[in-house]
Amino acid sequence: MIKCKTSKAISGMGHSMKRKEDARFLQGKGNYVDDIKLPGMLHMDIVRSPYAYAKIKSIDTSAALAIPGVIAVVTGKDLEQYNLHWMPTLMSDTQMVLPTDTVMYQAQEVAAVIATDRYTARDGKEAVVVEYEPMKPLMNAKKALDADAPVLRTDKEGKTDNHIWHWEAGDKEATEKVFNEAEVVVSQDMYIPRIHVVSIETCGCVADYSKVNNHLTMYMTTQAPHAIRTVIALVAGHVGLTEEKIRVISPDIGGGFGGKVPVYPGYVIAIAVSFLTGAPIKWIEDRTENLQADSFARDYHINVEMAGTKEGKILATRFKVLADHGYTDASANPSKFPTGLFSIGTGSYNYNTAYMEADAVYTNKPPGGVAYRCSFRVTEAVHAIERITDRFAFEVGIDPADLRMQNFIKKEDFPWKSPTGWEYDSGDYHAGLKLAMKTVDYWKLREEQKEKKAQGKLMGIGISTFTEIVGAGPSKDFDILGIKMFDSAEIRVHPTGKAIARFGTKSQGQGHETTYAQIIAEELGIPAENIQIEEGDTDTAPYGLGTYASRSTPTAGAAAAMAARKLRAKAKKIAAYLLEVSEDDLEWEPGKFFVKGAPEKVKTIQEIVFASYTNHPQGMEAGFEATHYYDPPNLTFPSGAYICVVDIDPETIEIKVRRFVAIDDCGNIINPMIVQGQVHGGLTQGIAPAMYEELIYDDAGNILNGTLMDYLVPTAIESPSWETGHTVTPSPHHPIGAKGVGESPTVGAPPAIANAIVDALSHLGVRHLDIPITPYKVWKVLQELKG
Amino acid sequence: MAREITVTVNGTPHTLEVENRLLLVHLIREKINLTGTHIGCDTSNCGACTILLNGKSVKSCTILAVQANGKEIQTVEGLAAPGEMHPLQEGFKENHGLHCGFCTPGMLMRSVELLEDNPNPTEEEIRWGISGNLCRCTGYNNIVKAIQWASAKMRGEETPSTEPEFVS
Ligand code: FES
Ligand code: FES
Repeated sequence: MIKCKTSKAISGMGHSMKRKEDARFLQGKGNYVDDIKLPGMLHMDIVRSPYAYAKIKSIDTSAALAIPGVIAVVTGKDLEQYNLHWMPTLMSDTQMVLPTDTVMYQAQEVAAVIATDRYTARDGKEAVVVEYEPMKPLMNAKKALDADAPVLRTDKEGKTDNHIWHWEAGDKEATEKVFNEAEVVVSQDMYIPRIHVVSIETCGCVADYSKVNNHLTMYMTTQAPHAIRTVIALVAGHVGLTEEKIRVISPDIGGGFGGKVPVYPGYVIAIAVSFLTGAPIKWIEDRTENLQADSFARDYHINVEMAGTKEGKILATRFKVLADHGYTDASANPSKFPTGLFSIGTGSYNYNTAYMEADAVYTNKPPGGVAYRCSFRVTEAVHAIERITDRFAFEVGIDPADLRMQNFIKKEDFPWKSPTGWEYDSGDYHAGLKLAMKTVDYWKLREEQKEKKAQGKLMGIGISTFTEIVGAGPSKDFDILGIKMFDSAEIRVHPTGKAIARFGTKSQGQGHETTYAQIIAEELGIPAENIQIEEGDTDTAPYGLGTYASRSTPTAGAAAAMAARKLRAKAKKIAAYLLEVSEDDLEWEPGKFFVKGAPEKVKTIQEIVFASYTNHPQGMEAGFEATHYYDPPNLTFPSGAYICVVDIDPETIEIKVRRFVAIDDCGNIINPMIVQGQVHGGLTQGIAPAMYEELIYDDAGNILNGTLMDYLVPTAIESPSWETGHTVTPSPHHPIGAKGVGESPTVGAPPAIANAIVDALSHLGVRHLDIPITPYKVWKVLQELKG
Repeated sequence: MAREITVTVNGTPHTLEVENRLLLVHLIREKINLTGTHIGCDTSNCGACTILLNGKSVKSCTILAVQANGKEIQTVEGLAAPGEMHPLQEGFKENHGLHCGFCTPGMLMRSVELLEDNPNPTEEEIRWGISGNLCRCTGYNNIVKAIQWASAKMRGEETPSTEPEFVS
């Protein structure tokens, strides 16, 4: 169904080329951080706080230091001497590296033990004695602004409450007016709980500082190596570690999903200790530390309202958010967007009026606000709009599929200006939903549902038709710590016509070594097989902001195409010179230029490249290399139509996803196999928060499910057999018409599942259930409704 | 406390002095330097560390090195000669059964035993069979497909198409 312009031998865009990176992973030859072993390397383990909020009265390291093999114990007081005990977060808040007097969440880093091997480091950690004076923690975001709430950030001068920021979008008055006059208004409170990415590889690093060369090589699990290098230079420049003396290497990464964007204290401590000792320091967190202390995602309390007519026309929406950021705002958003891209929440529907506001607060939870396969709060926004759309459909008595069809922005209305100011690039929402409905045989399912209901059986059908926003982003609005969010590609073609290309992004499983090669193959006609891709080494790759938020294809993928086009322009000049014709007489076919009307007069790209080194036109620069920094003119707006069918056992309340059909529109497709793989994985990370995952804290600040024993990551049993398909609406402003896909399914799946479960129970009086929707939660609600 | 043990790893015997508390996974990764076996948790849930111990798939983070004394260990590095592929490795590649590759060695080693016990498993049997191994990237569809593909190949039957299937 996807037309390819290149042959299979070239494998440009549209070919399901098998992945080039697989061989090493399959044969146990991947190179992940924990696989790195350097001579003289020491191991670090971290002492963590058992309390969510406490004063540190004393830290006794003597017993630890007495253990043979324990080299040092580092505390906040030690780091304070070098002014390294605090660090900036990506949102210009501040975060402790190690505390000097107070701990702010359970599992916070308190001290670091350095030893000759990891077992001894763990022994040392057990032997450090810390005396605490516990205080009553603030765990409920809704109480954070109460007059009697403790002010948590007393380190900030003049801070008298726990408020972090206030944010607004849209038109408040116009929205109020529409709501006041509307025939139908529906309103829903919902909580999108705190969850964790749980990439199967945890975070870690090997910090290798050489005193001789005054040079740091930092091997670490990071999705954004260049940005990290700049951050390290900003934090440690004052002790002599300036940016040219830092090399960040991000080796193979065992899954990221956003959790490997932030700078965690462990990295900084490892650098500090390596700097002081001159020895390489390895720090690898264990799973429990990863779950309990690394950045969380979500934690949004939302009220969403929709106003419309009795006939089902949507007129306006209003959103109010309370964001729980833990003790510091350590989100990984573009600087000007404290709620990320939440304002995409007006959805796929044609109406002009909306208003959103959000307030963020501090609590005694771990810091964060990062991705769970969707960085910028799109998941929260889409959940709200897709749930409230179903609520509205129910209220006006129109089938949710019909109501969506009736309100969709039409294909011909793109580019479309959203009520919160975005310009959607393209889309065909009707086609997507139509295909999804046809695939599941929607109306027949509705018939079946009626029959089942009559027999007392519970079956539900849920739809989600979402608009995503990815590819951050245009440099006029998008930066992180002031660095604009462009991305880059550098292509070097060797004399024999084979190439190496380097990028500022970093794959964590997305298959860049294959897809970037395909983009270049598409543009230059050099077989993708012969194009080697490298990422993740700041010494060799051009500067870029990294891989997250589905931005790699929209930004670096575009950069690859643009750099390749520079080379094709050069190739044309050389071909004209070699064939002794004017450039205007030449025509391009993947892999060669030939003379119009005389196809036998031809120069292949390989011949042209060879000539660029051996016989280039006088006056032209020799060689065949190009670099491009791509600054996107707009974001891209992928979309999707998902339908979920669930059966619920009325006795046991077991919830079973019978079918799940996902139709995605990510524009032009580079590699259908890889896109499908991304969709499958994203869907499983969509069912996870919808039905299983949530980080739960008690009032005393204890995390109740901080291990993989009780934080429920779906296995192959919970994960249904996904059915996927596509509509293709190219992005008009993107060089290859692609939009990005990685996070779409994680964004789109949860409301489809929640809508299906609520749909199965609506005749019993259920109007809404917060995710994760567990059998116990459903059972409790049904008991309450029975009275 | 340390003692001497002998283990045969991928056919090669190793005699080493190990601490009693050393986990088998650390023996494999750090003493024998085979880093294809991974660690993804500390509660025996993820299966990234799965290896074959006397032909049975086990989570090597849940076994002490000393318990492997005198036993045969097979890791992902021993599935095929370097540069060659076991049908399961081929199946995972052909069917896009891996993304980041971190869970993959464990999945492969678990699947070896699964197919030995049941050379022609149904989808349901495969899903239950790998339910002790977590993958956060693939959504499992293609892992199931990869194992089905390998099982056909190992039975000497024609392998199913590896083209991705889309609804249309
Ligand atoms: S490392 Fe997770 S089960 Fe062994
Ligand atoms: S491929 Fe990444 S965890 Fe399975």
